[in-house]
Amino acid sequence: MLLLILLLPFAGFLINSTQGRRLSKGVSGAVACGAMIGSFLLSAVSVWRLVAMPVEERAIVQTVFTWIASGDFTAPFTLRLDPLSSVMILVITGIGSLIHIYSTAYMHEERDPEYARYFSYLNLFAAFMLTLVLGSNFLIMFVGWEGVGLCSYLLIGFWYEKKSASDAGKKAFIVNRVGDFGFVLGVFLAFVQFGTIDFQEIAHAVNAMGAEATFGTLSLMTLLLFVGATGKSAQIPLYVWLPDAMEGPTPVSALIHAATMVTAGVYMIGRNAALFSHAPQTLEIVAIVGAATALMAGTIGLVQNDIKRVLAYSTVSQLGYMFLAMGVGAFAGGIFHLYTHAFFKALLFLGSGAVIHALAGEQDLRRMGGLKRELPITYWTFLVGALAIAGVPGLAGFFSKDEILYRTYAAGHPLLWTMGLVTALLTAVYMFRLVFLAFHGERHSHDHHHLHDAPAPMAVALIALAAGSVVAGYAGLPAILGGGDWFATFLEPSFHVEIGHEASALDAHGLEMTLMVISIGVALAGIAIAAYFFLTRPAAADAMAERFAGPRRVLSNKYYVDEIYDAAIVQPIQIVSREGLWKVVDATLIDGTVNGVGRLVAGAADVIKRTQTGSVRAYAASLFFGVVAVLGYYLWQ
Amino acid sequence: MVGLNHYLVLSGVLFSIGTAGVFVRRNLITILLSIEIMLNAVNLTFVAFGRALGSADGQIMVFFVMTVAAAEAAVGLAIVISLFRHKESLNPDSFTGLRW
Repeated sequence: MLLLILLLPFAGFLINSTQGRRLSKGVSGAVACGAMIGSFLLSAVSVWRLVAMPVEERAIVQTVFTWIASGDFTAPFTLRLDPLSSVMILVITGIGSLIHIYSTAYMHEERDPEYARYFSYLNLFAAFMLTLVLGSNFLIMFVGWEGVGLCSYLLIGFWYEKKSASDAGKKAFIVNRVGDFGFVLGVFLAFVQFGTIDFQEIAHAVNAMGAEATFGTLSLMTLLLFVGATGKSAQIPLYVWLPDAMEGPTPVSALIHAATMVTAGVYMIGRNAALFSHAPQTLEIVAIVGAATALMAGTIGLVQNDIKRVLAYSTVSQLGYMFLAMGVGAFAGGIFHLYTHAFFKALLFLGSGAVIHALAGEQDLRRMGGLKRELPITYWTFLVGALAIAGVPGLAGFFSKDEILYRTYAAGHPLLWTMGLVTALLTAVYMFRLVFLAFHGERHSHDHHHLHDAPAPMAVALIALAAGSVVAGYAGLPAILGGGDWFATFLEPSFHVEIGHEASALDAHGLEMTLMVISIGVALAGIAIAAYFFLTRPAAADAMAERFAGPRRVLSNKYYVDEIYDAAIVQPIQIVSREGLWKVVDATLIDGTVNGVGRLVAGAADVIKRTQTGSVRAYAASLFFGVVAVLGYYLWQ
Repeated sequence: MVGLNHYLVLSGVLFSIGTAGVFVRRNLITILLSIEIMLNAVNLTFVAFGRALGSADGQIMVFFVMTVAAAEAAVGLAIVISLFRHKESLNPDSFTGLRW
């Protein structure tokens, strides 16, 4: 059953990749969507069966085969469904299905083989992502981890004739290699330390140990794993690939670079919650990196003019939130935000895709405006998404973001809490800047004659996700609002955390309420600021931009991080490669050796070839004297 | 009384004559004939030893050698004919094309 969940999309991939040239768009789209929906139904049934089990035993395990058995090391291909992975597979297959349906309309202008290629990649991605979350040990997870990285590369560079797209694909792949290197080292260290790579066994082993007071093996191990997470989940210092990844088709940005793949790092920490909570030093770093990323990406998002880049930085920022939650030990809170974020960020991306689709490829916010009337479905669903991410009460983002901020404060990190709060303000501002610039005000260009609202498949996905963005948060309704925090209760058994983090000890309802009111105020203030600058007084925005031209330039240039990386890493590597490795090592050393061997053989042959006279009698003589010599030798013996 | 040694000496003489023929003659057909003499010198040793040791093995070997010699003569002469057609010459020194 579990195996079938990931084999269905894989079968869809096989059909579309091998038969795609012969299939019409309708058929290949139907195959891909059918595979995803089937996988979603199977996931739903599996989760249903899981929920029916008693709380303590909630796990469905399926061992498919023993992949590697070598000495002490065994890596069975085992799939394991527990509360944590059940949340993930529902998000992946559920939102994945909607995005597949959306894509059938969005990619309609592609030629038939390209269309099938697109869907085959999308299906393959889903299969790998499901492998990642269902795998019960690090190796299976790593297979999925690398597989989704591959699909991300393929889909970012989907329009490979475009130089910027293929460059962005390569950038994503290479930056991820850096993170994966750390991840693999972390896994090796885990095997050395625990003698196993199974998540359950590691959790049990580590729970028998005490938390590390100083920086030790566990801290190093978790830090290396976290390096992997920063690559995959676009955190400082490896976030640079995600904004460029927007070169891919918009549904890909929604599925891979917002809802699912980029959250793999968060999931990985959640999966190893026991391990991480025994390394408080690492958790501290995770929290700081998360908060810093959230704040930094939020400020960059303020001034970007490409609609998708605003959303990309928003994603980086929200991922920072999730890591902040993980870092303060609020594992359920982080996963909760992952789950709500998947809805509203997928919605926002798909909404921006609908806008881009309507404007025939236009992505510049300054050339949009006034689309509210022409694109009502897109506008209203987008507005729901924006309200949800801004943290307006009653919508999904509010509950999860609030949970994270509260837990951060309660864990004794007022500074990180302030950073989170400022990020919340920034989020509201840049999201509503986007809404106001794109949908309100004057039309800035009139050359788009065939403005049309989202066609049916796109509208279905948008509306379903908008509904999700409204209701998803109620799964984790906090106790003080009359809920039961069911989401966290459901997830708790997956984390195996048996120490520390008594955040609930100082569970003062008054504090939670105060913080909640503050964050509501911040969200509304953010929307008000955006409304003032971009709706009622656009002149004021320009005046501000002029007054703060310096900081604005820094932000528009993304703090020059790409330039710094280019100067500090890319250029030195290129120079060393060109001047050292190419001109010295390759041209002199390697070529010299190879050519030297060739020359030696040629020279030796020049001497020896003189024995080949071509004269039969000379050969006969040498044969004769040879035989005489051999016989003579034996006779003398 | 003619004994084993006589046969072996005769055989050695015949073999040397054959070898010298191969080396010194400048005619391919003569060289082939010299090779036949060498082969028959060896045949003589076989039968001489066979008789001295009271065994039929020597004679059996000789049959094989004769068969091979016949085949060799056939192939050798065929090659000689085609070489002659090629160069109008039977001197082995005029066929030195297979060299560096």
